[in-house]
Amino acid sequence: MVDTSGAVSSPGELAERLDAAGYLADEGLATAAFLALRMGRPLFVEGEAGVGKTSLAQALAQVLDAPLIRLQCYEGVDAAQALYDWDFPRQLLHLRAAEAAGVTDVDQLEHELYDRRFLLARPLLQALETSPSVLLVDEVDRADDEFEAFLLEVLSDFTISIPEIGTVRAQTPPVVVVTSNRTREVHDALKRRCLYHWLAHPTFEREVAVIRRRLPGVGERLAGDVARAVQRLRGADLLKPPGLAESIDWVAALTELGATELDTELAARTLGAVLKYQEDTERVLGEVTELVGRA
Amino acid sequence: MNVPASEQVTAQVVGFARRLAAAGTPVPPTRVHAMLAALDVLGGGSLRSVYWSGRVTLCASPEDVERYDRVFAAYFGGQRTPPPTTVRVPPVQRLVALPADPAAEPDGRRDGDPPPELLATASRVEVLRHRDVATLSDADRAEVHRYVSALLPAAPDRRTRRQRPAASGPVDARRTVRRMLRHGGEPVELRRHGHARRYRRLVFLVDVSGSMAPYAETLLRFAHAACRTRPGTEVFTVGTRLTRITRELRGREPGTALAAASAAIADWSGGTRLGEELKEFLDRWGQRGTARGAVVVIGSDGWERGDPTLLGEQMSRLSRLARRIVWVNPHRGQAGYAPATGGMQAALPHVDRLVAGHSLGAMEELARVLDEHDGRRRGGGHARGDA
Repeated sequence: MVDTSGAVSSPGELAERLDAAGYLADEGLATAAFLALRMGRPLFVEGEAGVGKTSLAQALAQVLDAPLIRLQCYEGVDAAQALYDWDFPRQLLHLRAAEAAGVTDVDQLEHELYDRRFLLARPLLQALETSPSVLLVDEVDRADDEFEAFLLEVLSDFTISIPEIGTVRAQTPPVVVVTSNRTREVHDALKRRCLYHWLAHPTFEREVAVIRRRLPGVGERLAGDVARAVQRLRGADLLKPPGLAESIDWVAALTELGATELDTELAARTLGAVLKYQEDTERVLGEVTELVGRA
Repeated sequence: MNVPASEQVTAQVVGFARRLAAAGTPVPPTRVHAMLAALDVLGGGSLRSVYWSGRVTLCASPEDVERYDRVFAAYFGGQRTPPPTTVRVPPVQRLVALPADPAAEPDGRRDGDPPPELLATASRVEVLRHRDVATLSDADRAEVHRYVSALLPAAPDRRTRRQRPAASGPVDARRTVRRMLRHGGEPVELRRHGHARRYRRLVFLVDVSGSMAPYAETLLRFAHAACRTRPGTEVFTVGTRLTRITRELRGREPGTALAAASAAIADWSGGTRLGEELKEFLDRWGQRGTARGAVVVIGSDGWERGDPTLLGEQMSRLSRLARRIVWVNPHRGQAGYAPATGGMQAALPHVDRLVAGHSLGAMEELARVLDEHDGRRRGGGHARGDA
């Protein structure tokens, strides 16, 4: 068993190790993640789509050398999809096989049916059983209120009780990252259980650094041009302002076209990589020149 | 900042938490403890440690972070006595009349008339039902409001992904097999399932500008009734700025809930910039999910001060997000009304139902309209996919 937190001694060190895993965290995020590790509390990361909430969990898993277990939330997700379920077809097969073999000890047979091997572990149970692990509860704002309440219970004591087997307790509680795009207010009780961090869009310098980190072959010039254009787009009152993920996509698209810098014509051709609404594209197309103009 | 003895740190943290609470972020003791624990982990030597340990433990939304930064700068900014932070001044309650004492005699009752308890309540409701709330006496209006609060607004439902046991439908393999296990593997009975149904979200946008003054409270009462019957309901007020009052309306008692909501609204009886505020609503809430697949009720007379083109654009955006848009215009209840204002003209093409909202009867009608399954779209050939 590894103590996941002991290996990292300060926010600065965590930032360095995240950096080595390809994730550039600023001071606030590194501090928040460090505190989450040390205090054994889930980290609730909120922010616009595409600012790097999910990739934080991936990078943390890499840093801690632990498997990443992901629970993607959606409307209607319930305990059976998040915790565990019995593998009924296999149980039935077992029953038939026992019958064929002429087993007569009914009690024994019933006991066997609820053996651990017939239990399908879903993400939450998996995370409790895997030590250490990083549990990503992604887009919790999409789940229903009831699911939030249920999650709160699991994240509070890191135990799950299965009537037929008993209580499963995590040896080391998993490192939990909960993300939300804020499509809905998440209940205060859940947030209060977690440490909170609001992840904003990156600064120009950080954006350039992240782009170059993610796409190593890209020149300073192109990364800078795109970061500048994206920062402008964020200030342009669009329906969907581009996130960091879109900048990376855009640079990747431009690189495919062999570009080393951004010009008006290239920008107009590749806007689809950054803008996801027809209205936004139309508006920006009229002002492409200003968009790529250098400050 | 030098951090001396830990008691002093604790005192400072607690003082800071109080200041933060006064500025509007609730800080329960557990959070203060969490901040102290975080500070302990970070070593507590620098102002930065104090800043971050508080930020991750005391905040729970970007608005909190903003307020936190402000209060932090004021509190730890070096001054011995921090300048007073903006404390929310309880606004004057202009519009919200608490329900009058039920025992009070309604205005206009002549001496010698039978006291209210002897009047047949039904006939009294009949009298009030079709009268414009703007022309009612305070007592009568309070009575109408009590009836409005008792309405049970519903919203149509929709299919969800979740499966529920059902009497008919496809065979539920898991439950059937589980059943079989009990019978030694014999397929004794087939279990079936179908999709669960869920109510669509109701979203209210209530105009509280001057021209809507007599009607806004009635609509808010209605919205409050909806909040209680349909817990996912969201309520916003528009006027000169957008205010979300869902939280305030959560209280059960209508009078208290309305008073809390009115305290949160800073722009009672101001002007209207409907287009801009609709845009703000869509940017901040609607597009992210609040309006998606929802039934949206806009309560406004459509007196737009701004450019009606913007309102038209935003209404078109909203109509693509929402399942149905119901516009409540109190003037519709008046004889000879035609939706002639620029705002109404721009909005109408995107509105599914236009209803009046001027009387108890109109509110009852609104409750019925909300409950309709797809309103005029039924058989209209204008089908939309399920959200």
